[in-house]
Amino acid sequence: MLFAQVRRWLAGFAAAAAATIAFAQAPVEVSFYYPVAVGGPITKIIDGFVADFEKENPAIKLKPVYTGSYQDSITKALTAVKSGEPPVTSILLSTDMYSLIDEDAIVPFDEFVKTPDDQAWLKSFYPAFMENSQTGGKTWGIPFQRSTIVLYYNKEAFKEAGLDPNKPPVNWKEMAEFGQKLTKRDASGKVTQWGVQIPSSGFPYWLFQGLAIENGVNLMNAAGTEVYYDKPEVIDALQYWVDLVKKYKVHPEGIVEWGTTPKDFFERKVAMMWTTTGNLTNVKANAKFDFGVAMLPASKQRGSPTGGGNFYIFKKSTPAQREAAVKFIKWVTTPARAAQWGIDTGYVAVRADAWDTPVMKQYVAGFPAAAVARDQLPYAKAELSTHDNQRVTKALNDGLQAALTGTKTPEAAMKDAQREAERILKASK
Amino acid sequence: MTRSKEWLYAWLLLLPAMTLLALFTHYPAVANLWHSFYSTPKGARPAVFIGLENYRTLFDDPIFWKALSNNLWYAAGTIPLSIVIALVMAVWVNDRIAGRGFLRLAYFTPTILPMIAVANIWLFFYTPEYGLLEQITNAFGLPRHNWLGSQSTALPALMVVTVWKEAGFFMIFYLAALQSMSPHLAEAAAIEGASRWYFFRRVTFPLLMPTTLFVLVNAVINAFRLVDHIVVMTRGGPDNATALLLYYIYEIGFRFWDSAYAAALTMVLLALLGLAALAQFAFLEKRTHYQ
Repeated sequence: MLFAQVRRWLAGFAAAAAATIAFAQAPVEVSFYYPVAVGGPITKIIDGFVADFEKENPAIKLKPVYTGSYQDSITKALTAVKSGEPPVTSILLSTDMYSLIDEDAIVPFDEFVKTPDDQAWLKSFYPAFMENSQTGGKTWGIPFQRSTIVLYYNKEAFKEAGLDPNKPPVNWKEMAEFGQKLTKRDASGKVTQWGVQIPSSGFPYWLFQGLAIENGVNLMNAAGTEVYYDKPEVIDALQYWVDLVKKYKVHPEGIVEWGTTPKDFFERKVAMMWTTTGNLTNVKANAKFDFGVAMLPASKQRGSPTGGGNFYIFKKSTPAQREAAVKFIKWVTTPARAAQWGIDTGYVAVRADAWDTPVMKQYVAGFPAAAVARDQLPYAKAELSTHDNQRVTKALNDGLQAALTGTKTPEAAMKDAQREAERILKASK
Repeated sequence: MTRSKEWLYAWLLLLPAMTLLALFTHYPAVANLWHSFYSTPKGARPAVFIGLENYRTLFDDPIFWKALSNNLWYAAGTIPLSIVIALVMAVWVNDRIAGRGFLRLAYFTPTILPMIAVANIWLFFYTPEYGLLEQITNAFGLPRHNWLGSQSTALPALMVVTVWKEAGFFMIFYLAALQSMSPHLAEAAAIEGASRWYFFRRVTFPLLMPTTLFVLVNAVINAFRLVDHIVVMTRGGPDNATALLLYYIYEIGFRFWDSAYAAALTMVLLALLGLAALAQFAFLEKRTHYQ
């Protein structure tokens, strides 16, 4: 009884003392925008991170602001930049890097990397994720919620089709062959289950990039000043996608909606689907059958683009705010937190040592599918990103959709897209 | 009161409305026109005067022309249809029939639902294989179709959503007009032995002209203003088959951050709507009989 009272009194004293100290120092306020792009209690996790960080660093006050989708977030961040009151830090798409540089909105991280410890931290991230975070010899973004594309397949459907459920297709030829076995038609010839689905609404460029990389080329240079939409390998890759529809007849016609593709998979309307690793938790919760996760099949090589969001630091902030923001970013990307974030969300833990933590090891042992994205990372390449990124990307999206809906041949579609992209890139110089 | 005092009094009464109009309508329109003659400022590079350059770009921009023609088709497809359906529904639920209140509510429901939510529901109606529409066509043994995923049907599919959403809203105006109509007219016509169709054509419809004009103006504005469902359902795809003017302006302004070019596009939209309003008032006003 007495002890309890004393303890309460002491706690009150400590809190008052902490408050006085904090008041004396006037905490550094760090505003921080973040999007939510996958299912799960993301806001709760972020709030938890913020509370823990503030407990350890009472001199810093974080102000997290949920800003909607990635698209909404970049819109809000750039509007805030134009109105003169940007956030101090923000999680935005890694591909927004050139746009943010062109708007003169962000500062590179290099000035904060001073000690050998800092350098080790910067080197700890997977190189595939750093490709979209560095340009011109500087680091502009720190990987946080990153993803790649993987192939999900229905093991039961594989068994029914006489395929080995533990052998997903390893190359394009197999994907088409397996697809033919997996495509089921009723008596009137109508398809009741498709072999494979690669979504093509909204951002078909991302999934197409997987095909292009597998066929040996990426779509742009590292400086973000050139694109290669009309290289023969790229046209071939699109031809393969169109062939899945027209020649092998294992893929639905027209545009396949990104948002309904997981549902198609759950409803057994499709036996194999390409989608983000970020959907892993969703598929695990909703697939009523045994499913497998595999690396994307190879043509000349394995491959997938990376995706997802990085931390950026905005230019219009005080040195103290920047230091505080970097401190938080370092804190939230430690191996243990990167691992926990990956487990809670389905994103790929961004550094190799996160996979060596006990929590992650235990998680992977119970759910091996979680490690597929990691194993694919050595083959992963940077996501399409250039100066005037959204326009250059739209040129490709339009071309892809034209070819998939049959209004242009793959060759004509890619030649047109290349011409349009070159025109935009020339104008943006 | 002296004349000058009266004058002052009138202006003071007008002032609140005028301030709001000037602040939120006239000033933005003029500022927008001004911006459309400049280049887009980017980072450290300020905006420079480039005259009609943005309009020249617009003239050479195939997606602009595509969006414009899409929008005209969209207007042609949605405006007459939603007005006719609204009128038919209004005449029907104006009669004394069983379940009249329920029917009125059912017709009006689409209007009060938020467009984004509605678009998400329609997205699943149109889903290939197991969507509602597919299940119905399947039951009749019709072939499968990817409604939103093919260039020829994506825009009509969106028009259906718009008509569904708008008809109920317009119905309310027609219903109100019908209820304010004197029952003596119908009685007189009945005594004269006029058929129902004749009565509708020669009496009801002409008396509804002021409402039709109002509804028409609203329908035209909405045909250029409503793009929420495009954001959810197609994002302008496939290959710009469903890009409407306002959606394209949003894309240019807030995805590509080319605010100057977006300003030029906005001027085109503004001019278009201005012309439509002028034409409606000039031609239809004369034929409209106000009671």
